[in-house]
Amino acid sequence: MSVILHAQALTAGYHRTAVIQDAALQLSSGEILTLIGPNGAGKSTLLRSLIRQLQPMSGVITLHGKALQTVSPNRLARQMAVVMTDRIRPELMTCGEVVRTGRYPYTGHLGILSCEDEAFVREAMELVEITPLRDTPFQSVSDGQRQRVMLARAICQQPEILVLDEPTSYLDIRHKLELCSVLRRIARKRGVAILMTLHELELALKCSDRIVCVRQGRIEKSGTPEEIIQDDYISRSFRLDRGSFDPVSGTLELEPPCGTPELFVIGGGGTAIPLYRTLQRREIPFYTGVLHENDIELPVARALAGEVFVTPAFEAISEESLQRASEAVQRCRRVICCVSAFGTMNEGNNRLLHLAQRQGSLTTLEELLRSKQQGGSSNAL
Amino acid sequence: MNRIPWRWTLAYGLLLLLLFLLLSASLCSGSIAISPGGIWEILTAGGGEEMQRRVIWEIRLPRLLCAALLGAALSVSGYLLQLFFANPIAGPFVLGISSGAKLAVAITLILFLRAGRSLPSFVLVLAAFAGSLLSMVLILLLSRRVKRMSVLVVCGVMIGYLCSAVTEFLVTFADESNIVNLHNWSMGSFSGMSWGDVSVITALVLAGFFLAMLLSKPMQAYQLGEVYAQNAGVSVRVLRTELVLLSSLLSSCVTAFAGPISFVGVAVPHIVKRFMNTAKPLAALPACFLAGADFCLLCDLLARNLFAPTELSISAVTAVFGAPVVIWAMLSRQKEEVGG
Repeated sequence: MSVILHAQALTAGYHRTAVIQDAALQLSSGEILTLIGPNGAGKSTLLRSLIRQLQPMSGVITLHGKALQTVSPNRLARQMAVVMTDRIRPELMTCGEVVRTGRYPYTGHLGILSCEDEAFVREAMELVEITPLRDTPFQSVSDGQRQRVMLARAICQQPEILVLDEPTSYLDIRHKLELCSVLRRIARKRGVAILMTLHELELALKCSDRIVCVRQGRIEKSGTPEEIIQDDYISRSFRLDRGSFDPVSGTLELEPPCGTPELFVIGGGGTAIPLYRTLQRREIPFYTGVLHENDIELPVARALAGEVFVTPAFEAISEESLQRASEAVQRCRRVICCVSAFGTMNEGNNRLLHLAQRQGSLTTLEELLRSKQQGGSSNAL
Repeated sequence: MNRIPWRWTLAYGLLLLLLFLLLSASLCSGSIAISPGGIWEILTAGGGEEMQRRVIWEIRLPRLLCAALLGAALSVSGYLLQLFFANPIAGPFVLGISSGAKLAVAITLILFLRAGRSLPSFVLVLAAFAGSLLSMVLILLLSRRVKRMSVLVVCGVMIGYLCSAVTEFLVTFADESNIVNLHNWSMGSFSGMSWGDVSVITALVLAGFFLAMLLSKPMQAYQLGEVYAQNAGVSVRVLRTELVLLSSLLSSCVTAFAGPISFVGVAVPHIVKRFMNTAKPLAALPACFLAGADFCLLCDLLARNLFAPTELSISAVTAVFGAPVVIWAMLSRQKEEVGG
């Protein structure tokens, strides 16, 4: 892994107003570096100055140790390919023709592609699965397809550095994941250095080697995804007052429903996660428990429940937590049980179930929603 | 894609056939009837009557060559401007570039004629070129503020009217002896071309066309917008300057010799691109060249013969054919915007 692109003390902006200040960045071959940060933080401005679309106000950018400003246009085009968010409307061009322009840095004066060039074009189109669009007019395909056409164009350019500005916007979930695996493949197999901005935190954490956090015009933090998700940095930087971010699973949850819970959920082993999400959407507050500390559903429960009753891992449910959970069950008018079988460790939850049965408060989600509909509001629970 | 689409072959076949037919028709038609056989003889063997020979060699042949070359120049100039503005309704006439050239030429003519000098044609071209560039710079300055093409076109048309008004004003106060001359020219006409004019026109137009063809790779990349053009290794600033200079050169050449001719620059490239279903410079630019030649030959033929012996101004004819195409271009642009 050798450093290809290097930026130091970089300040850039528009109309003499700096949007990004004093940024330092290193990009090595074969790595995926992602810039994340809230909207308007200066990610795109940083990107634009790194691809020489924007003249930096001060600072140094070097490409292979050579000042970026002195690299010839054609040489730069061979070393760096970009996929930006600018909407383009090429007149009467097919998708195939758009991809083909990626080979221009390698062609002669008239821009005629050789057989070898055509082979690279075909390969790139297959890689992002747009071969069937070859003869379709670019103007008539969807935004997501256009994005992939531009990606194929950049890939067949065979750059050392691939720069992508928000490459996942317009893509559906399947293509987002595929984009990630395509990027990983070209980074690993061809040693291409990939520099991109993403606004999807989860995706950034999953497919980047290094992450640079940009906030309020400065680079605040950088490191591996593991380093970045330590502590509550992400919640702070994105100012997640509503909702929360789970550093372990790297997932985002919405804010919990407010109000005093009148519903108790007996969960465990992940069985109740769909229920938690449904309740969140319906804005029904709830208690949940008793969960072991290593339970897979604990992070979601913590994010969404009014209160979670927890007991130490690998131990039978403690009397103390059982006692507190029982009190909560007694306070609640409804109880939903998601667990169908109880082992020795989980015997305490079985006792909660019996308690609910004795109380006559055991119900199902369907019944709950029906009664809520009849009652008109969650207060009628 | 390595094989050439049938539409392209068909387009070039048709354009060449039309060129041949129109050239022949232009040679044959006129107030003095000469049989095709006679013309053939005059052209190849130099035979025929003295008067007929002079009509063919000194009137008809220069005129039709000029019409063809200047039509081609207008069309290529329009293509370059459409590429520059990424818009199908751009053209030297609608953007007021021809009118700027016209004003500059009128001023030069009046000054020189008043001094009692005859004008070398290259001076006229230079004046037209300066006028074109001036209008072009004005349009470019406006285009920084005005993002909508339709507004820019309205500005161009206004610049055109302004220049025409000043030209009219100057013509009104010019010496009597020059008025007829000036008036004819400012209406646009291919008449009265000499072989000297033909050689200057040939040199300028072919050079302009050749240079434009050399730009076909950067032009194609430029269709993807500035960011991607730069990423394809194109120096966008240089390309933009080249496009401005070339399109101004070509359209000013037309204005210098034949006066302002409307709508050819917008209509012809639009039809060619739609018919060939591509805007690729390598394929479409030579076709635009040929089609412009065909179009102007046809219009000149009509201008001369419809109401013979009265000759129509060439712009009157080109407008009749060209203006509807411009409306069509705007409509199809609208549809693309809604659909895409």
